[in-house]
Amino acid sequence: MNSDGDLQASAAAAREALDAHVRAIVAWHFDPETGCPFWLDWAARQDWDPRAEIQSFDDLHKFGLFEDEALRGGPVRRWVPKAYADRPIYTFETGGTTGTPKSRISVDDFRIDYEMFADNLPDEHFPRGANWLMLGPSGPRRLRLAVEHLAQYRGGISFCVDLDPRWVIKLIKKGWTEHLHAYQEHVIDQAVTILQSGHDVRCMFTTPKLLEALALRLDDMGTTLHEVGITGIFSGGTEFTPQWNRFAHEELLDGAYMTPTYGNTLMGLAASAPSGPDNGYKISYYAPQPRAVIQVVDPDDPDTVVAYGATGRVKLTTLTKEFFMPAFLERDEGERERPYAAYPWDGVSGVRPFAKFAKSTTVGVY
Amino acid sequence: MIHFPTLRWGKPYESLETDEVRHFATGEPIARVSQANPGIVARDLRKAQKARDALRGVPAVELLERVRKAADLFMHADLPLGDGTQSPEDFVRQQSATTGLSEHMARMNMDKLRFVLEHLDEILDSLTRGLDLEILTRGYGEENGLMRSYQATTPALGMVLPSNSPGVHTLWLPVIPMQIGLVLKPGPQEPWTPWRMAQAFFEAGVPPESISIYPGGADVGAAVLKDTQRSLIFGGLPTVNAYRGNPGVQVHGPGFSKILLGEDCVDDWEQHLDLMVDSVLVNSGRSCINCSGIWAPRHTREIAAALAERLAGVEALPPDNDGAQLAAFTVKGQAEAINGDIDETLKTPGAEDMTAVYRSASRWVEQERCDYMLPTVVHCDSPEHPMAAKEYMFPFATVVQCPQDKMLGAIGDTLVGTGITNDAAFRQQLLDADNIDRLNLGPVPTISLNWLQPHEGNIVDFLYRARAFQEA
Repeated sequence: MNSDGDLQASAAAAREALDAHVRAIVAWHFDPETGCPFWLDWAARQDWDPRAEIQSFDDLHKFGLFEDEALRGGPVRRWVPKAYADRPIYTFETGGTTGTPKSRISVDDFRIDYEMFADNLPDEHFPRGANWLMLGPSGPRRLRLAVEHLAQYRGGISFCVDLDPRWVIKLIKKGWTEHLHAYQEHVIDQAVTILQSGHDVRCMFTTPKLLEALALRLDDMGTTLHEVGITGIFSGGTEFTPQWNRFAHEELLDGAYMTPTYGNTLMGLAASAPSGPDNGYKISYYAPQPRAVIQVVDPDDPDTVVAYGATGRVKLTTLTKEFFMPAFLERDEGERERPYAAYPWDGVSGVRPFAKFAKSTTVGVY
Repeated sequence: MIHFPTLRWGKPYESLETDEVRHFATGEPIARVSQANPGIVARDLRKAQKARDALRGVPAVELLERVRKAADLFMHADLPLGDGTQSPEDFVRQQSATTGLSEHMARMNMDKLRFVLEHLDEILDSLTRGLDLEILTRGYGEENGLMRSYQATTPALGMVLPSNSPGVHTLWLPVIPMQIGLVLKPGPQEPWTPWRMAQAFFEAGVPPESISIYPGGADVGAAVLKDTQRSLIFGGLPTVNAYRGNPGVQVHGPGFSKILLGEDCVDDWEQHLDLMVDSVLVNSGRSCINCSGIWAPRHTREIAAALAERLAGVEALPPDNDGAQLAAFTVKGQAEAINGDIDETLKTPGAEDMTAVYRSASRWVEQERCDYMLPTVVHCDSPEHPMAAKEYMFPFATVVQCPQDKMLGAIGDTLVGTGITNDAAFRQQLLDADNIDRLNLGPVPTISLNWLQPHEGNIVDFLYRARAFQEA
């Protein structure tokens, strides 16, 4: 176990690496040869040069808060760095529950993010070479491709069952509960069919709601997730609360291993510190620094990070060569967590919809 | 601090998520309530048949005896709560503290529950038209030489309960003696009655595995509705509309209860003023059976003025004051929104707030942590005025001028209709009006219930299906 001194040294080294990464990413995105039209046009309207003035992560506050409206609508190519103009480009969308969805372009980011995550999955629960079931939203989201790549990266093949969350939200808003349940049954039917078809599926990505529905269906059939061969699951979302985590471990998983994640199209994938009965199933997420940084900030003063243990709004900064997004206020809130050995930078726990938005947001639809 | 666990077929379960219930006036935390998650509900309800099996292990007549004993325990005993016990007076104070009801209203509702429990044998006798309850237990049996057979439509009844009026708990009291399990999702501010009643049942010998209590958010309520074959839900008009026509869900929304004065009696309206005041004011106007509309062919301005004068004396008093007739609004913003809606609707010509002349300030009384709404009477000069279709959760009534021959077509859905008339033709029209659920002919206050009669559907018919049965 690391001593406090070791942890402080690791945190300082991580901070230095982050500052160096910030300089490299800003240099890349604001270089007329490599940057994307959006940021080059933006820089042309400013009276300061980001490449000269941004020397550390803290300097990024000079950009102000990122307005996600900039990600809605076209032309999508304004987000493609010139250096990647000739590469095959993906575009991935966020939920898009109201109006035009936000888009993020990608070349390899989704692969890199999920490879980093895959490298930290425990082999005893996610055996290399094992096949996967991806049970969740695909369509315009990057999740399907990303999980499929993760499976391939670990030597397996991924079976995919789709769920369209936009249709689910419409069903909820219309009050068509019968259709909602029928759609969920339809999705679970497909998952059960795959699990019973002799494909040796042992690993799974799914959402809390679908995991619950699948486990209950298997229970009705007199079996369990573990008995049908599942040994490792990763899942995520604001519904992944400590209570739900405990319920799943005690009553759904039958000994299968499950790890929480927090992610979205704009960030990538944040891994969780170990969570179980020893820590009250508390879930703390750590961003894949330096490619993305999560801060917990005062909602009324987003430049100020709250004290450790205090509640604040989640602020995300994404720093890859494909996508630069400084200081975006997420629709979530949580408590600021201290660095720890595996992730020597700040984390966030208790992630839930930002209280001021919660009443108008439909969450946990899949 | 008091902790309410989730109750999973009688077994306490402490959740990692709790909701703090606070005193509406002081903000002091009163209790922590373990929050269930929908998966727990779905998982437990797969075992609902065990609840019914346990209840069927006790003869129905014996269960009736036990619930009668539970009535006494509910009213008088110290019952388990948190790490200690709760006396009846604790219960009254605690319920008042979190719901905004005055303590004497809490006592009144408590007594209402006692009355129903003590008379459940008569109530079931009435609702089943004298059926031997053993026939429900066994599924069939002969009565008066005729074979009768009934099948339970669900092993457990789901209830998504409100916070505003504990009187609604009377609706689920007959369920246990009918040998159907109970799945209760309490209102966020009112965990008190479901818990105390369950403890009284258990002490009286009702099998603990027959009752579950799942406090939680809207998703838990949705799970209760999804995972029980029969359920009751309380809510506003959107809830009513969402579940209208669903045979598995009995929905209880705003009552829009009314007093209708016929041509032949309207000139004697002053004789009925006390009845009108009681119908509007009792229980702070929170019940679905409170009157929110008085319809008459003439004298409506005089009626509204007289009613306004009587109600204008009602003040916002502390909950422990025996004279308190108003309940507080404990959810911030609710009273303000209602007040705004009233003002906005009054902008349409043809309606007048008749109580305004008696008030020196707004009908909305804003306090530091809660609000009150003072009684309000609005005169509408026609049924078409949008105010004529309003109902709010405080003593509020419109007095609507409407010709008698247009009344029944214009009143809309009416939970309790009191028709004051001796006109045989109008009485028959009232009897035939299918938009009136409970009909009172003559000067009966809308809030006066006969417990031996069905309320918004017969609970026995909801939980048991009569069917053909032959045995060779």
